[in-house]
Amino acid sequence: MAKTLVQEFTKGLWAEIPPFRLVLGLCPTLGVTTSMKNGLGMGLATTFVLVFSNILISLMRNLIPSKVRIACFIIIIATFVIVVELLMQAYTYALFQTLGVFIPLIVVNCIVLGRAEAFASKNGLLASTADGLGIGIGFSLSLASLGAVREIIGTGTFFGHSLFGPNYEPFTFMVQAPGAFVALGLMLCMMNLIGKK
Amino acid sequence: MREMIKMVVVLTVLSVVSGGLLAYLRTATAAQIERQELEFVKGPAIRQILEGATNDPVNDRFKIDVDGKSHSFFVGVFDGKPNTVVFEVAGKGFADAIGLMVAVNVETDKLAGVAVTTHKETPGLGAQAKEDPAFAAQFVGLPVDQPVKVSKDGGSISALSGATITSRGVCAAATDALSQYRELKPRILEHVQRFQQ
Repeated sequence: MAKTLVQEFTKGLWAEIPPFRLVLGLCPTLGVTTSMKNGLGMGLATTFVLVFSNILISLMRNLIPSKVRIACFIIIIATFVIVVELLMQAYTYALFQTLGVFIPLIVVNCIVLGRAEAFASKNGLLASTADGLGIGIGFSLSLASLGAVREIIGTGTFFGHSLFGPNYEPFTFMVQAPGAFVALGLMLCMMNLIGKK
Repeated sequence: MREMIKMVVVLTVLSVVSGGLLAYLRTATAAQIERQELEFVKGPAIRQILEGATNDPVNDRFKIDVDGKSHSFFVGVFDGKPNTVVFEVAGKGFADAIGLMVAVNVETDKLAGVAVTTHKETPGLGAQAKEDPAFAAQFVGLPVDQPVKVSKDGGSISALSGATITSRGVCAAATDALSQYRELKPRILEHVQRFQQ
């Protein structure tokens, strides 16, 4: 049991890391990763929703009638998304302002609904929690690393701290929309290269 | 039949519980969210207009209800006299509504300053309304009983180059604010008295 729990957790970190391996949830992946801080914030908000919706759906999996399961999942997910939105507005307003419309869009993030449908509705509480945590942390790490790459090249800073001094001419292409695609493509390429060996 | 009843019951209970939870959370965080908005959106604009005030204008505020809507007014104390009030109005910009903080000196009945708070204008053109201090500076000292206009329309404000619509929007918002001020002046004066030091 303990071994499988660890497996459920770690699969989200590499084998099924969401944007890179499953290539899911690309809307926030491309939209908010202009800096490492934004990517990490978005990832953590999604993780919160993922873990709690997984827990609740797993607990209710025998109660939810299969014909209306998607509607039930969406109610549960939407509730947690609004909880996150209100909490961010109340306590991390600056981050809430930069993430803006992407927070409510977690509702339609296919990763969250995908885990509810494919995993939490069929597995027990502990396994679902581990799954939600693993996928969520994997998602956060992906967004944070993509954000870091774009921030370092695009603005010459890392987590808001200047890296190269005043003489560095920022390659602003990387923090604009096309740069997101280029950075994501290169990271996917790197992941595949590493995976092949 | 039994299955249908179960579907209805589960969906209803789920919606009611999540609705209740969100309503509770919204009331619980409302005060904190208002504080955050003051801090991050309105606060900087208010402090910028009322530079040199001896009090903290964000703290010294009162509300007046007009047609069921409550408007916040912030008071600036200069030389020991609470003679300036600041309040926010909305104008029509090029892309979306523009939030404008307007300061009026209640003793001389003259505009004491304006500052743009929220906007979605084009960066580099309309966005200059917020970023270019020279544009806002033109509003200082205008009388409250005349409409504010750009020079093209026969007024005294030189429009931002390439952003006539934004400039007109800001002027219209300022004009609105001034007529609101004239209408509410007796009530404003009543409240302002309390901040005498």
